[in-house]
Amino acid sequence: MKSLQELAAIRDRMKQTVNTREAAHDTTRVVVGMATCGIAAGARPVLNAFTEEIARRELSGVLVTQTGCIGLCQYEPIVEITMPGQEKVTYVKMTPEKVSRVVAEHLIGGKPVTEFTIGAAAR
Amino acid sequence: MNVLDVAQNSVAAGAKLIRISLEVDDARERLVLTIEDDGKGMTEETISRVTDPFYTTRTTRKVGLGLPFLKMAAEMTGGAFSIRSQPGRGTCVQAEFGLHHIDRAPVGDMASTVAGLIQCSPDIDFVYIVRAAGDRFCADTREMRAVLGDVPLSEPGVAQWIREFIEENTQPILRRSNIV
Repeated sequence: MKSLQELAAIRDRMKQTVNTREAAHDTTRVVVGMATCGIAAGARPVLNAFTEEIARRELSGVLVTQTGCIGLCQYEPIVEITMPGQEKVTYVKMTPEKVSRVVAEHLIGGKPVTEFTIGAAAR
Repeated sequence: MNVLDVAQNSVAAGAKLIRISLEVDDARERLVLTIEDDGKGMTEETISRVTDPFYTTRTTRKVGLGLPFLKMAAEMTGGAFSIRSQPGRGTCVQAEFGLHHIDRAPVGDMASTVAGLIQCSPDIDFVYIVRAAGDRFCADTREMRAVLGDVPLSEPGVAQWIREFIEENTQPILRRSNIV
């Protein structure tokens, strides 16, 4: 069973990356739409999947967070990814299954998965 | 149960500490959900209007379904719903569900809900308590912060651990009470 003691080990592992981390504007943000529409469409498992995948790959400088209704409820779950120095990329109709590709190709590889983006969906 | 939705109200109310508790009361056959915050609170007049689906403080739309839906979900199982609030002091929302009522909404993935709240509002403290069948589990972000030092609660590795910590510790308790 997990206990608070384990958290100390996680802290020690994180400390190295957190301490050397650049300023806040160098943080990559993964923003999940978590209003009622997003939650109903399955945003919570998507948020979980991003957290899990980013933690598993031990990526530093990546923050998973939420926002309210983006105004495109028919495209939920929506995830916006902002990387330092790059334009925001909006992923639509996200699922936990799509997350590993987005993490591998976009967050690590720097190349958005175009077929999951709003541009591809609106076509 | 739409816990996430309702807890967001506490976040929006500028709370510093939010307590969420889930209690199985076998003697009274009730499942009691309580969400309590130290946010900005509400006036008597506002309290009387918040369970009206056509009342909301937001300006983008004319409907607000979080509290009306929770009230309906509780009352349709023979339960009860109450709000206590004081401006400047905070708000306490309590929904009592008929424990074995056929229409009682499933508890759902509370571990993800609570972990998600913590991850996305790392400046707020959360206490999550599960009480059932003589057992009790409590997750308190103040204790976690004391261990973590300057490593934030929003760090994905930490958030992941919090979810598993809650899940592993609450599942057996809830399972013994046959509510998941």
